[in-house]
Amino acid sequence: MTINEIQDELIEDFAFYQDWMEKYEYIIQLGKEVPLIKEEYKTDDYIIKGCQSKVWLYPELRDGKVYFTADSDAIITKGLVSLMVKVLSGHPAQEIAKADLYFIDQIGLKEHLSPTRANGLLSMVKQMKLYALALGAKS
Amino acid sequence: MGTFDILNIRNDFPILDRQVNGKPLIYLDNGATTHKPKQVIDAVVRYYADMNSNVHRGVHYLSQISTDAFEITRRKVQAFINAAHDHEVIITKGTTEAINIVATCYGRPFIGKDDEIIISAMEHHSNIVPWQMLCEEKGCKLRIIPMNERGELDLDGYRSLFSERTKLVSFTYVSNALGTVNPVKEMIDIAHRYNVPVLVDGAQAIQHLAVDVRALDVDFFAFSGHKMYGPTGVGVLYGKEELLNKMPPYQGGGDMIKDVTFEKTTYNELPFKFEAGTPNIEAGICLAEAIDYINSIGLDAIKEYEDGLLAYATEQLARVEGLRFIGTAAHKSSVISFVVDGIHPYDIGVILDKLGIAVRTGHHCAQPVMDGFQIPGTVRASLAMYNTAEEIDALTSGVERAVRMLK
Repeated sequence: MTINEIQDELIEDFAFYQDWMEKYEYIIQLGKEVPLIKEEYKTDDYIIKGCQSKVWLYPELRDGKVYFTADSDAIITKGLVSLMVKVLSGHPAQEIAKADLYFIDQIGLKEHLSPTRANGLLSMVKQMKLYALALGAKS
Repeated sequence: MGTFDILNIRNDFPILDRQVNGKPLIYLDNGATTHKPKQVIDAVVRYYADMNSNVHRGVHYLSQISTDAFEITRRKVQAFINAAHDHEVIITKGTTEAINIVATCYGRPFIGKDDEIIISAMEHHSNIVPWQMLCEEKGCKLRIIPMNERGELDLDGYRSLFSERTKLVSFTYVSNALGTVNPVKEMIDIAHRYNVPVLVDGAQAIQHLAVDVRALDVDFFAFSGHKMYGPTGVGVLYGKEELLNKMPPYQGGGDMIKDVTFEKTTYNELPFKFEAGTPNIEAGICLAEAIDYINSIGLDAIKEYEDGLLAYATEQLARVEGLRFIGTAAHKSSVISFVVDGIHPYDIGVILDKLGIAVRTGHHCAQPVMDGFQIPGTVRASLAMYNTAEEIDALTSGVERAVRMLK
């Protein structure tokens, strides 16, 4: 699936949940499904700054595609990073770098994108695109 | 002194009627800032509609009435904290600026290489960093009063820090992260036995406890307007006349001068020496309304009510499984900090927000305190006079709901 196809699928999934409670329960569930970063990479080198909770994100280039693994010490933040990994992981670097992440707004998480928010969703997106650019340049 | 009628009080705060995320607002982040009663809000509007003009400058009518109003605040603050003179009340931007004035204008001239400044282990960053900056510049050192596992300062440890090199002591009255009320009078007396002046950070005390700077014999006392139901952008540095007179001005500019030529400037007298530039006039003037408001309820009545609410909240939250209080001092005021086993404070904060409940999560600008307890942060509910037992019940069930979701 392309990045946009995954986004559209998530928009459909989230439309199914009416109230915020169910939405957050789904995000928490997604957090449990995140491809976990190896313990050895849970260091300051792979930490995302700008989060009240800790987020670690590790990028890898395999067969011309960028794959992410991640973790967080807060469960909702872990769900948010899991969402991003779901959408962006496993695609060519160029596509990740230029992806328009319209699903965030549409699933009602736009409030989390503000740069002043403590969860650092914006920092996650920025960092994932930066990693993709860096790995893309290497390949 | 009036009577404490919670319904009347709540009616004075328009924001308490609003909804957040479709739920009635339950505001428990008063340690960060308190809401404003309509008396203060109306005064802000009245200032701009009726008297807006610069202070201490114009001969014209509006300038005179705004100057008079600004000076009324100074006298109200003087009476509120029982200072001996109104010129011992310096109007600042807030507590942080007040502490920085002492660090700069007392610290630079009177604290030198290898001298020592005593602060406590429970300070807000605002009462750590200005001293660290001074230490970097002058080569002086910080000594830290230790704290026990309940979040109480160790007074024997405090006494043992004094030496002939001790030049200043600075500590908080009430801990913003833990709620501990420190034995300030006793601590000031100890410092004075060594002839060391004391600055007390009163940011979390001034809205909860009656403060008498002369009874405390405190040398400097700092607090903010916005945490005492007043406007943002105004605060106070109280200092003993004798000390303030010894200190050079803080910043150069208008209002702080008596006479300026290109050869020499003579500085103005207290308090203007420390008030360079146009102040936050509106906030300065309207702080008087906040003081009147607090006085109309009475700090003794406020304290009695808030202490009862704190005890109730502690009792209710203690029932939540896995919840652990951070800060269990014998003397506490209006702050409940806690963690829940296995759950990040941030997650609890997000769920509570969705329920319309405003708390603070994180390190509360007191990272060394969190490091001391070996936690990344806490959930903090901080109370004001307008909070109710029903709101505490909503907080407790909100935390329980969050725990069910997050476990």
